Amino acid sequence: MSAHDLTKPIGEGIFTWPSENPALLGSRCQDCGRAAFPPQTSCSACCSTRVEVEELPRQGTLWTYTIQRFMPKAPYNSGETQETFKPYGVGYVELPGGVRVEGRLTENDPEKLQIGMDMELVFYPYRTDPDGTEVINFAFSPVGSAADTGA
Amino acid sequence: MDVAIVGVGIHPFGRTPERSGLQQGAYAARAALKDAGVAWSDVQFAYGGSFSAGSADALVNELGLTGLPFTNVANGCATGGSSLMSAYSAIKSGEFDLGMVVGFDKHDRGAFNADPKSMGIGGWYGEAGLMLTTQFFAMKITKYMADYGVSKRALAKVSEKAFQNGALNPNAWRQTPIGEEEILNSMMVNDPLTKYMFCSPSEGGIALLVCRADQASKYTDKPVIIKGAALRSRRYGSFEVFAPSQALEHIAGPTVDASKAVFEMAGVGPGDIDVAQLQDTEAGAEIMHMSENGFCENGEQEHMLLNGETTINGRLPVNTDGGCIANGEPIGASGLRQIYENVVQLRGEAGARQVPDDPKLAYSHVYGAPGISAVTILQR
Repeated sequence: MSAHDLTKPIGEGIFTWPSENPALLGSRCQDCGRAAFPPQTSCSACCSTRVEVEELPRQGTLWTYTIQRFMPKAPYNSGETQETFKPYGVGYVELPGGVRVEGRLTENDPEKLQIGMDMELVFYPYRTDPDGTEVINFAFSPVGSAADTGA
Repeated sequence: MDVAIVGVGIHPFGRTPERSGLQQGAYAARAALKDAGVAWSDVQFAYGGSFSAGSADALVNELGLTGLPFTNVANGCATGGSSLMSAYSAIKSGEFDLGMVVGFDKHDRGAFNADPKSMGIGGWYGEAGLMLTTQFFAMKITKYMADYGVSKRALAKVSEKAFQNGALNPNAWRQTPIGEEEILNSMMVNDPLTKYMFCSPSEGGIALLVCRADQASKYTDKPVIIKGAALRSRRYGSFEVFAPSQALEHIAGPTVDASKAVFEMAGVGPGDIDVAQLQDTEAGAEIMHMSENGFCENGEQEHMLLNGETTINGRLPVNTDGGCIANGEPIGASGLRQIYENVVQLRGEAGARQVPDDPKLAYSHVYGAPGISAVTILQR
């Protein structure tokens, strides 16, 4: 039994899991070439339904960001409580040839974030469900920073 | 055929524990009827909406069961704007002579918690903590400040003005002025936006009576004409709230599209407008919406705000009643509050917050999830 048997992705079909080298999944329009995340059944640019799912690039640049300072209400489900909640970064990362994807950032200090900086995709245990399953989420991390994914 | 607003009514915004949302709507409706001097039984049709306070058409239980066609409107933050547009079209078609537009709401405290599934987004988006309008506005203004050199001080100036104007408005929720320093130093919510830069969900009600302009003199000697009304949803490439991804290309958002359409419809330009109510979900939104609606170039807001050009006595008064920041945002009523304020300003009945020199043209703009905008131009 592999470790992956006790894990699941936070959303079905949004990234490859389990995988040796997981990646976000997007759809690409076979008519106009535009991509979307997560995969859509049609193209929101040209209305075509000829779309195919593909892996999106794992590196990009930070387009904009903020820090979420208060704990969101449900449906937020991180396993945290008001006492254990830690502010987290949120941003859009521009993936070349793909799209700008919104995700949590591993960095929550605004002084260490800058528009245009290089970011890379990481996967990390987000919460543990009551049945013991570890839920995996994706995030973007500044390239070269120590991967502190406890955000 | 022109359409006129001949009666307006408001239930004060804020928190009113002793009245339900529906009762606040009925309170506003009775005030509008009184303002126009008509009976509820004279009203031939109604459009209304509420997000959290039940079906608007339940108002007939409060106002009277007259058998009129009452249509519920649910269009997020553009609910009021959509109700007004529907009533406008109904009168314009020639089908009806007199109708009511009403909106009310009563929300729980704290930020809205939208359900991603209701917007066609996977549940993971909410679980991961991305389904927050506050984040979107913070990220949009972060990018805008970097691109156009707008400062945090300009953000604080927007809020300072909102609270100043709220202090002059007996129907506002926040009636205490708050200074620039206190705004900047209040709790950070979503960087760079602090607590006093955001509006909060609140309560309130607004009702309007609309009629054929050629019959307006029956009800009022100060009719206000709807010169244009437009509603637009997002196009591919605009940066919108609740978007797990965005296009690499960038085009104007629904506000720009709706604004262009309404100016064309009214046959006037941004320079002709004497008073404007612009969606200020937070301070950055007002700044961006100033340029998106055509009132300035990108980046010009900095000196406009620091010079006080958008205060009540400034060149272009913006959010003269304190906007969403001082009134809170009861979704069903919020867009109609802007119309109410513009009617009161055009009639010259705004008291301590009256814009000087007899304003003739007034502009209103709402923006909301998941990328819709409604704008209106009124003329006295």
